[in-house]
Amino acid sequence: MKEETAVVVGDLSLQQLHDALKQGVFAVRTGPLLFRIQSDFEDVARSIHALYSGHPCQIAPEFSDFHVEVRAPLNLRRWFRPQAEFFIDGEPPFEPLPRDQAPALLEWGMNWTIAASCHQWFTLHAASLERDGLAVILPAPPGSGKSTLCAALALRGWRLLSDELTLLDPNSLCANALARPINLKNASIDLMRKFAPTAIWSPESYDTQKGRVAHLCPPVDSVRRMADKAEPRWVVFPKYVPDADPLLTPRSKTQTFMPLAENAFNYGTLGEPGFDAIARLLDQCSCYDFIYSRLEDALEVFEWLAATSGLNAQGQQSSAEAQ
Amino acid sequence: MTQSCGKLLLDAVRTPAMAVTLDLRSWDDLLRLARRANLISRLAEGIDQAGVLNKLPAPVRPHLIAASALAQHQRRAVIWETRHIGTALSALGIPIVLLKGAAYSMAGLQAATGRLYGDVDILVPATRINEVEAALMLHGWSAGHVDAYDNRYYRRWMHELPPMVNIKRGTVVDVHHNILPLTARNHPSAEKLLAASLALPEAPFHVLSPCDMVIHCATHLFHEGELNNGLRDLFDLDALVQEYAENDASFWTTLPERAKELDLEWPLRLAFRYLERFLGTRIPEQAKTSVKQSPILASLRDVMYLPGFLPDHPLCSGYRSFLARGLLYLRGHYLRMPLRLLAWHLGRKAFIRLYKNKSRSC
Repeated sequence: MKEETAVVVGDLSLQQLHDALKQGVFAVRTGPLLFRIQSDFEDVARSIHALYSGHPCQIAPEFSDFHVEVRAPLNLRRWFRPQAEFFIDGEPPFEPLPRDQAPALLEWGMNWTIAASCHQWFTLHAASLERDGLAVILPAPPGSGKSTLCAALALRGWRLLSDELTLLDPNSLCANALARPINLKNASIDLMRKFAPTAIWSPESYDTQKGRVAHLCPPVDSVRRMADKAEPRWVVFPKYVPDADPLLTPRSKTQTFMPLAENAFNYGTLGEPGFDAIARLLDQCSCYDFIYSRLEDALEVFEWLAATSGLNAQGQQSSAEAQ
Repeated sequence: MTQSCGKLLLDAVRTPAMAVTLDLRSWDDLLRLARRANLISRLAEGIDQAGVLNKLPAPVRPHLIAASALAQHQRRAVIWETRHIGTALSALGIPIVLLKGAAYSMAGLQAATGRLYGDVDILVPATRINEVEAALMLHGWSAGHVDAYDNRYYRRWMHELPPMVNIKRGTVVDVHHNILPLTARNHPSAEKLLAASLALPEAPFHVLSPCDMVIHCATHLFHEGELNNGLRDLFDLDALVQEYAENDASFWTTLPERAKELDLEWPLRLAFRYLERFLGTRIPEQAKTSVKQSPILASLRDVMYLPGFLPDHPLCSGYRSFLARGLLYLRGHYLRMPLRLLAWHLGRKAFIRLYKNKSRSC
């Protein structure tokens, strides 16, 4: 691939970015993917300017992986109780949302695009983070506190790969980084604001399908290193339980297989290579359930987890270290 | 722009080996057009078969690998689903005729290469349709959320039951008793189609005879009110006629005769016209003359079909394609039902849409 010029979104003024978005020539790199985005909306421009300030960008590149657009629908809803609609290649994959949710709609639309089309990877609905070249994968249903935990870890010593979509190369099983903004909901937003008072946020959207949502800007280092892949080493199913003491319990690999398959977007699509990817992933990972209520506890437990990286997946010291 | 964007897509899908000559900027357009026209998997598998994937620019390859994976999955899935339908209906002891994509796959035809599927379509004798519906319901399919109006619309006027959705797998089977609505202007005889159908080695399935399969594909295509899959269907037709003509020297003489017999000459005529026009398919003169039509009518249709077949994508849309799509929509409905019924049906649809939009919460 050609070396990209090192222009990042933050090098553009808000006005320049907005103009480029309006003309449909703006493209932003998120890990292995280049998204070309078109939008007239000023709040979309502001949101991209804030959340993607460290991401490499290009103006009218020869090739982009996906061309997406967020705009007003071509009917009365342009003016009357206005809406915003997401398009990929001129086609809206889902229903329009209220106009003020346009920036969030762009994020969700980009997620949808990756999940629906990128079968070159084994795609998991999971957060993933890296430490010393090794990745922890956090698959979990919505409401389990996955994104909150992911945000806390990303702000304290772990490198954010992705908060929603873990993209594994089906052969090497290495995890790609997307380093996209982290989507947080409801009380998690207030919690993270206290946890990291200096972090940068998108404006909040109210009354969405998921309640009140906001996007947290990914940490600078995660963005800078988004070309670096990581080798999965742990699979942890987090669960937020109010007032609970932290509890990390090993899971059997056989019992982890199906939950991973259920959290994969394209397990069925990949067929045998998908089955094979999970089997090999489990061979190289230690698997846990993790119950927590306080982020401080969680950070401590994950520090401990990182310190066990010298152990192999069976919990024994690897031979190199034993000698 | 309009012409060149269509040419780019058509050339690439027709001759995948030429894809090595494309620069990145052309690929940027091509992938988007192919995605929109539901042809990306056909393109990907064609490139695979031509063995040129590794000669393509690095950023392009992952998209084609992904599209091939999807096509392989859908081929497995359609065979799997068809087998389930067979199990559900085997006790009835009637021939189940697979139509369109499922037929191409199960009969191992070239047209199945890189084809993406929506649902499985079957054709059964009209007299047995209630038994078929009951058997499918016993095995987990049901008509889902169809309101009373739609239900009645299907059962009274259409040539199929409301789509039946499998409760476990979410897959859809369309049960037909004919290939055109009861209200349509042409009335092909379903008995003739069933009688000529051929058994597949894998019971209880049949497929339409070669001529009927081509005529059905054309009939379906030129009765459509929208051509979102228009180019894909043209490529299906192209693959079908080429394969059949190769295997049977008399194919080109029997095909027009059979169309006449079924009262479906005009769809075949249009198929010949646009196969030649878009895909350069070689059709013998004698076949064309046996379904000839007036040049005036033909050029009137071109106003709709020439822009209408191109992908509905910002890269090739303009006021002409917008107009063409509007005309096609009206024409599709006009062919399917008498005007009075059509006015009532469309009026109701428009009213419902207005009402639904108002009540949509936001």
